[in-house]
Amino acid sequence: MTNWSLILSIAKTHLLTKLKQTSIAALGVTFGIGAYITLVCFMTGLNSMLDDLILNQTPHIHIYNEIKPSKKQPVDLYSEFENSLNVVHSIKPKVTQKKIHNALPLMTFLMKNDNVKAALPQIKTQIFYIAGSIQIGGNLTGVEPVSEAEYFNFNDYIVTGSAKALQNTDNSILLGAGVAEKLSLGVGDRVQVKPIEGGLFPLKVVGIYQSGVAEIDAIQSFTNIKTIQRIMGKANNYITDINVKLEDIEKALPMAKRIEQQFNLRAIDIKTANAQFETGTTIRNLITYAVSVTLLIVAGFGIYNILNMLIYEKMNDIAILKATGFSGRDVQLIFMTQAIIIGLVGGILGLLIGLGLANVIDTIPFNTEALPTIKTYPINLNPWFFVIGFSFAMLSTFLAGYLPSKKAKKIDPVKIIRGQ
Amino acid sequence: MHTVLEAKHINKYFKKPVLFHVLKDISFKINKGEFTSIMGKSGCGKSTLLYILSTMDTDYEGELYLNDDLITDSDHLKLSYLRNKHIGFVFQFHYLLSEFSVLENVMLPAKKLAECSAEEIIHNAHEKLRILNIEHLASKRASQISGGEKQRVAIARALINNPSIIMGDEPTGNLDSYNSENVFNIFKELSEEEKLSLLVVTHDEDFAKRTDRIITMEDGRIVP
Repeated sequence: MTNWSLILSIAKTHLLTKLKQTSIAALGVTFGIGAYITLVCFMTGLNSMLDDLILNQTPHIHIYNEIKPSKKQPVDLYSEFENSLNVVHSIKPKVTQKKIHNALPLMTFLMKNDNVKAALPQIKTQIFYIAGSIQIGGNLTGVEPVSEAEYFNFNDYIVTGSAKALQNTDNSILLGAGVAEKLSLGVGDRVQVKPIEGGLFPLKVVGIYQSGVAEIDAIQSFTNIKTIQRIMGKANNYITDINVKLEDIEKALPMAKRIEQQFNLRAIDIKTANAQFETGTTIRNLITYAVSVTLLIVAGFGIYNILNMLIYEKMNDIAILKATGFSGRDVQLIFMTQAIIIGLVGGILGLLIGLGLANVIDTIPFNTEALPTIKTYPINLNPWFFVIGFSFAMLSTFLAGYLPSKKAKKIDPVKIIRGQ
Repeated sequence: MHTVLEAKHINKYFKKPVLFHVLKDISFKINKGEFTSIMGKSGCGKSTLLYILSTMDTDYEGELYLNDDLITDSDHLKLSYLRNKHIGFVFQFHYLLSEFSVLENVMLPAKKLAECSAEEIIHNAHEKLRILNIEHLASKRASQISGGEKQRVAIARALINNPSIIMGDEPTGNLDSYNSENVFNIFKELSEEEKLSLLVVTHDEDFAKRTDRIITMEDGRIVP
């Protein structure tokens, strides 16, 4: 019954003869959607960069042997004091080895779990960097560089040199940027390190490491597992930490608890380690969406306004259409069609402008000490943003058109015609 | 003779600003091919009656028959359809859609009715314009033609669906004597040659005298 081609042609004529008004209404949508796309791509880009900053280099589960006092003191084992209150003063931690007992079989066991992407060994120790007569304290961590690069974005923090060089060169070291500066060392130079256990080991600098946190960079260096085991004079099963990366981060907490129980080790999952981090992410997302929705609502009001004005201007036309046999529904459809065309054109232009601006932002230089590998502002071009932006454009223009068009539907032609 | 339009005991009240009895027990018939005019002083309710007869005003008491069918209390969609198919309108002010061309203005009601193909509608529209001697204006914008021409375009639009009756609310009220004469002659021809019924509200006594029948109204009543 509805004659769509007729309604479309009337709507089209209305829009084209009032091109200026139409463009302003469409531009309102365009700017709203364009700003939404730009903003949401940029803000989520920044958000995910900040998230990655923590997520990528933090193991989902960190397993190590914690030095702590025994929970059961000898007095508890003595049956005669079983039902009495025992107070032990000055409890000292139990003398125990730093290494994880049976680390290699434990890693093999972990790798069998389907949810485990990788379980990487680390050896942490304190050393001194020797520069002439000066000794500078520091940390040396033995890692599997290539695997670390693969699973924990190790490469992002290597300013010069590469993980591969560290893996393949015996007696090599990846020097912290702060250490390198203090000792005036560069790639290819040699640095002498002295472990606490004693001895002096010359290591070849194959790269510079920069985490972005100056305090860490001033003490932290990396080497490969074999080298550190040799420096410390330990066997190849000496491993102090295991970092686990999971397929599903949500399973980190239960798994960490199970490992603690089963192996009598300390296992910390990522959420426990970074509790405050998740709150920050949630709030940032909340702000992003609040701003976006505001933008879209403002655009919606623009359309509402212009259609309202259009309908006041077209009162006579509406009366005459009704007098010649157009139903209220036809008139409503004519104005709804106009709103939807405005939304469609404005929305698509907005998506294009948003895409363009986002790409422009993507090329703006962004240099920060904290993130040596990031050169430009981060952008997250998630197709969902475009789907949401477009849907919202259509929804808001639909609503903005619906109210005025309902008024047009109800206009009494007799009043208009007799009012002249 | 075939009755096109019949009103039975029509009463109408204006409720604002105070209750006012505008139309009092109006009953009459219009036959096919009859050229009727309604006369009366301002405020006697003749325009009000016309809008009730036109089905645009539905707030009245009484019964209205179009081609012997009761149309009182039909829903708006049905009334729109009836207006579209059976009733043609000519107003005092031309009421063309100014953004559309003359031809498009004439074609609009036919496109809404959608009983003919697009080619037929274009052909019919040209035909109506030709009858009214304004075929040369077809492609002009409605806002670019003169007042007399506009009124003829409005008549062509009223004719496009070959309606049962044409209603006019002072169709010559805004025209000079030359154009008034022109419009009257067109109406007369339509009535005589096409056997079209016409119902015209007018102030113009000369105009009314030359019609087939005059209905005179006074204070909401038809003067016998």
